[in-house]
Amino acid sequence: MSTSQLLGTDPGWIILVKGLIVFVFCVLCTLLAIWAERRVVARMQMRLGPNRVGKFGLLQSLADGVKLALKEDLIPKAADRIVFVIAPVISATTCFISFAVIPMTGRVSLFGHKTAMQLTDLPVGVLYVLAAASVGVYGIVLAGWSSGSTYPLLGGLRSSAQVISYEVAMGLSLVAVFIYAGSMSTSEIVAAQHHWWYAVVLFPSFVIYAISMVGETNRAPFDLAEAEGELVGGFHTEYSSLKFALFFLAEYVNIVGVSALATTLFLGGYHALPGLSFTENWLGGWFTMVWFVAKIAFFFFFFIWLRGTLPRMRYDQFMKFGWKVLIPFSLAWIMIVSTLRVMSQRGTSRAIIVAFTAGVVLLILLISTLFESSQKRAEKRDALGDVPPPSFPVPDLARFTHSELEQRNV
Amino acid sequence: MSEMNGKSEIEKKISHGIEAAAAANKPLTAEEQATAGFFKQLLGFWVTFRTMFKKVNTVNYPEVKEPTADRFHGRHQLNRYDDGLEKCIGCELCAWACPADAILVEAGDNTEDERFSPGERYGKVYQINYLRCVFCGLCIEACPTRALTMTNEYELADDKRDKLIFEKEDLLAPLRLGMIPAPHPMYPGTTDTDYYRGAIKGPHPDQEVKK
Repeated sequence: MSTSQLLGTDPGWIILVKGLIVFVFCVLCTLLAIWAERRVVARMQMRLGPNRVGKFGLLQSLADGVKLALKEDLIPKAADRIVFVIAPVISATTCFISFAVIPMTGRVSLFGHKTAMQLTDLPVGVLYVLAAASVGVYGIVLAGWSSGSTYPLLGGLRSSAQVISYEVAMGLSLVAVFIYAGSMSTSEIVAAQHHWWYAVVLFPSFVIYAISMVGETNRAPFDLAEAEGELVGGFHTEYSSLKFALFFLAEYVNIVGVSALATTLFLGGYHALPGLSFTENWLGGWFTMVWFVAKIAFFFFFFIWLRGTLPRMRYDQFMKFGWKVLIPFSLAWIMIVSTLRVMSQRGTSRAIIVAFTAGVVLLILLISTLFESSQKRAEKRDALGDVPPPSFPVPDLARFTHSELEQRNV
Repeated sequence: MSEMNGKSEIEKKISHGIEAAAAANKPLTAEEQATAGFFKQLLGFWVTFRTMFKKVNTVNYPEVKEPTADRFHGRHQLNRYDDGLEKCIGCELCAWACPADAILVEAGDNTEDERFSPGERYGKVYQINYLRCVFCGLCIEACPTRALTMTNEYELADDKRDKLIFEKEDLLAPLRLGMIPAPHPMYPGTTDTDYYRGAIKGPHPDQEVKK
């Protein structure tokens, strides 16, 4: 019996209970994630981080939440009142709904009912997650637009451009997974990784997804939408009290969400690490959830580590990276993957597959060599020494090479 | 030193330093960037990872109090001579030296019945306003009798403005063993000059005021 058939037998009250569990899981993850982030980043900066509220400061985010709820709720005069109120609600709801298709455990028994800890299993589950994520951007864009203020508007625009650009790369990185798993259903993708995780088989896809999920969630070093040095608070500059808390919640649930998706698609979902599969039967199957959470925690640490290490990218660099590096690279990778897949399905002889792979490697080497030499030529051509002096007085630019000038932003 | 070259040794050293600084700040060439850039980024990740296991710099302040530097400028203190007489003579030099106008002094006359300090006068009113004080220490430099010094005490926050105007009794140094609280007469057979020279090493029984 497949997971979707198993979930089909769920009575209504089990679905309700599971919905509650998913919601509580997300909120708990958020509270712990905020605490963990502050503690770990603090360690990376040789500080202690919050350690006052509760044991090890564990209740800090709860205290912050209460504080936010008690604050004055301001709506600027110039704001579009209705949209201003709806925007954080859109953000905070869409981030939760993508969790409905994430498989958290294998087969378990919930109040004596045989099921799996997954709210529902759609045949196009991953597309559903992507769709929910894209609707979430509306929250940010509308918040920026409805604030009636310049900085939020700029932040909202940046974030929409950013999420749209990185969603393309993200979607493309998932195509390879679909090709290999032969399905878009999350539970079937997890089942297909029983022997080999796709993070190993489709390593380039995994890398692209890992990069684009940081862009997708507006996190450092891609947190241009709330670049405090340039845009004050970005899209949420005008928000206070519970509405701000909703954005905050949405950001962290989103992080947990993309981490959960990455776990599902690339790290074998709730399956145990290779060689430890006997643990999957512990606690009547519920132990698989521990693996699931551990893998999410791994991704979350990666998020924190990025934030602690890298400075924020400049907007043009960021766009250049997304459109000129990530997207062409993933397009080429998909071509290779699909060719190999078709070959292996048609039973092409091993010699031809090896020859094809070798050809691809040679082609990549050739292209990179050509690219390098063309860059050198462009550099020579751009060297300002050959340019005739203009008729008006200018600083002596010919003293610098092209790359030096680029660094000085001339 | 060769004036002939038009540059003194110091000038040479300075120009050398500027060159060294310029070399250190020189941006990488394109080739250097291409080869070193990626691995330098990874090096950054290692730095933050390693730092996680280093000892943290945080002091858990209210529970743990690290001693200040020896000469930390903290709350002021009005000192006494070893027999218990106050050192302050009410000259107001501290108040005049204060750039923030934080000190108020009103002098009073010492009498034979009621003597607080050796010599003619003593500080009758002595207030320091810690909302104004910038802890620069110019008052300490101005004081001719070392009456005013600073302690290392830095916990001076409070919830009311008037609590932060310290009166004479808040600032006066505590009585050490054997000291007799003022007012009382000077050490028998001495003048104020003996006090200023540090000749008084302790109280004399005759200094006790009879009631």
